[in-house]
Amino acid sequence: MWAMAMKEFRQMRRDRRTLAMMIVQPVLLLVVFGYAASFDVDQVKTVVVGPRAGQVAAALPQRLDVVQVSSSHGRQDAVDALRDGEAVVAVVTADAGQPQVLVDGADLFSARSVVTELRGRPELPAPEVLFNPGLKTSAIMVPGLMGVVLVFVGTIATALGVVRERQSGTLEQLAVMPFRPRDVLGGKLLPYLGVAVVDLAVIVAVGVLLFDVPFAGSPLVFALGALLFLFVTVGTGVLISTVSETQGQAIQLALLTMLPQILLSGLIFPLQAMAAGVRWIGYLLPLTYFVQVARGVMVRGAPFDALLFPLGMLAVLGLAVFGLSIVRFRRDLAPAGPRRDADSADQAQVEATTSRAGAR
Amino acid sequence: MSRPVWGCSGLAVRYGATVALEDVTFEVPAGTVAAVVGGDGAGKTTLLRALAGTVRSAAGSVRRPDERRLGYVSAGPGVWGDLTVDENLVFAGRAYGLGPDQLKRRVAGLLERTGLAWARDRLAGRLSGGERQKLAFAMAVAHEPDLLILDEPTTGVDPVSRAELWRLLAGAAAAGAAVVLSTTYLDEAERAATVLVLDRGRSLLAGTPDEVLAATPGLVVEAPARPEGIPSWRRGARWRAWSPGGSTPPGARPVAIDLEDAVIVAQLREDQRWAA
Repeated sequence: MWAMAMKEFRQMRRDRRTLAMMIVQPVLLLVVFGYAASFDVDQVKTVVVGPRAGQVAAALPQRLDVVQVSSSHGRQDAVDALRDGEAVVAVVTADAGQPQVLVDGADLFSARSVVTELRGRPELPAPEVLFNPGLKTSAIMVPGLMGVVLVFVGTIATALGVVRERQSGTLEQLAVMPFRPRDVLGGKLLPYLGVAVVDLAVIVAVGVLLFDVPFAGSPLVFALGALLFLFVTVGTGVLISTVSETQGQAIQLALLTMLPQILLSGLIFPLQAMAAGVRWIGYLLPLTYFVQVARGVMVRGAPFDALLFPLGMLAVLGLAVFGLSIVRFRRDLAPAGPRRDADSADQAQVEATTSRAGAR
Repeated sequence: MSRPVWGCSGLAVRYGATVALEDVTFEVPAGTVAAVVGGDGAGKTTLLRALAGTVRSAAGSVRRPDERRLGYVSAGPGVWGDLTVDENLVFAGRAYGLGPDQLKRRVAGLLERTGLAWARDRLAGRLSGGERQKLAFAMAVAHEPDLLILDEPTTGVDPVSRAELWRLLAGAAAAGAAVVLSTTYLDEAERAATVLVLDRGRSLLAGTPDEVLAATPGLVVEAPARPEGIPSWRRGARWRAWSPGGSTPPGARPVAIDLEDAVIVAQLREDQRWAA
C-alpha cells in the first residue's frame, strides 16, 4: 500500500494544477464566499417624489438611502424609477395624508428587509410591493438560474467539445484541412449555440408555466441579453479549451469559473450585501449582468434603455473573452508559413520561406 | 510536362531552445513514395508537419502544393471516432470542397478500394487499428491530393493490414500523387523510391535505397558469435558487425547489406563523430 501511496503522491506533485485546486482553491473560495455570503441589506436605494418629498425624505429610516428627491415628480415617475432599477423603494408624497411606499419586489432581499421594517412600525405607511407582489423566491431565482443553465451549456459543453478534438488528436487533422481558423471555430460552436438557444426557450417556458415566473417585458430585449451572455459563456468555453490538455482539466477550470458566478453575481446573495472587497469581483462576472437583464425584463418589465448598462457590459465582456479565445485558438491551429487564400487558383506551389527571426 | 517535386531545402525547426530539425533537405517527386525513417525523437513528425504547414520553420524553404491539394494523416487516429465510416469520408470530402455527385462517387470508390464497404455505417471508433488507418488514408485521398503525407500509418497495424496499406499507398502514387510517410520499419522503407533517415533532427542518410546501400562505407560481416573488437549487432540468431577498414574478422563472412544494416552503420558513425 505504501508503494501505491508514494506513487500517487509523486503523480499529484507533478500535476500542479490539480494540487493548486486541492489546496489553494478551497481556502480562496472560503475567504471570498465568506465575505459574500450575506442576505442582510443595510442600505436600500430610495427615491422620494411628490409635493412633500423634501420633508418626508428627512424623516425616513436610516436603512432607506435616499438617492433622489423630487417634488415635481409623481407616482408614475416613481414606478418608472423602480422599473428602470434606479431604486428599490419609492416614497410618493401627497399634499395631505400619509405617503405611499412602493417597493421593487424583484430585488427580493432588499424588498423583504424594507417590508419587514415598515410593517413593524405602525406609524409608517404600509408598503406596496410592485412586480413581485407575493415576494416569491422563484420569481427572482428562475430568471437568474436560466443564466446558470446557459453557463453549463455554453461553457462546459463548448470546452469539452473543443478539448475532445485536441485529446483525440483530430485537431491536428483539422489544422491541415483547408479551413480558416474562424471556419473551424464557427462550425464547432454553431451546434452548441443552437442547442443553447433551444435550451433557453425550454427553460423560459418551464419557468413561466411551471413556476409562474412573470414575463412582463420585451422578449426581444431578453433574447438580446441571452445571446450576448451566450457569446460570453461560449467564448469562456473556448478559452478554457485552449489552456486544457484533457477533458478533466477543462471541467475543473469550467467549474472554477462557474462557482464565483453563481455565488458572486447577485443570483443568490444580493450584491449590495457583499463586502466591498469581494463585490467588485461580482461586477466582472457576466452572470451578474445577465441576472440584471433577466430579472429586469421578466419581473419588472424594464425597457431596453433601462438595461443599456448590463447589456453593454455583456457586449464588452463578450468581445474581450471571445477575442482572446480566438487569438488563442488560432495559435492552436496556427499554420506555419504563409498559407494561400482559399479563393485563389489551384495547383500553385507554396514556397514557405521564413527567416530565422521568424521562428516561434 | 515535368512532374512537380515537393519537399524542403535546408529546413530548420525549433521548439524554443530545442532543435527539432536542422538543415534537412528532402525531395518527393510526384508519382513516387518517399519514406522518412528514424527512431523516436528523430524529427520525423516535425518534418511531416513542416511539409504539411502546421509547424513554423526557423530557416530553409518548403515546397508544398496548395492546402486543398494536400492530404495528411496524423500519427493520432486521424478519424472522428464518434462518426461512422461514411460520415468521416463525407466530412473529409466536403472539407476539400467536393460536390455532392463527385463526393458520392469518390466515397463509393474509396470504400471499395479500402475494403471498408461492409463497415460504412460502423462508428470509426469501433474499427480495428488497421481498418482505422485505411479509413484515415481514404479520408486523406478523397480529394485526390498532389502531396499525400502520412505519419507512421503502419505503426501498431497487423502485417496483413500493413500490406494492404502499402497497396493503397502505391496506388495513390501510381495515380500521380507524391506520397511521403514516416515509419520505424526499415523493411517497409526499402519499398519506397527514396529514403531519408533522420537522427536527432539531422539528415543521416538520403537517396534511393540502392544509393543509401552503395554509400555505406567499409564492410558488413555476419558471424555465428559476436565478433571481437568491432561494432556489432544482432540480426535474428546471428551477429553482424561493421568493419570500417573492409577487413573480415576470423569466423565471419561478408554479407550483402540491407537498409537496416546501412542505417545501423550510419548511426554508429554518427555516434563515433558525436563521441569525438
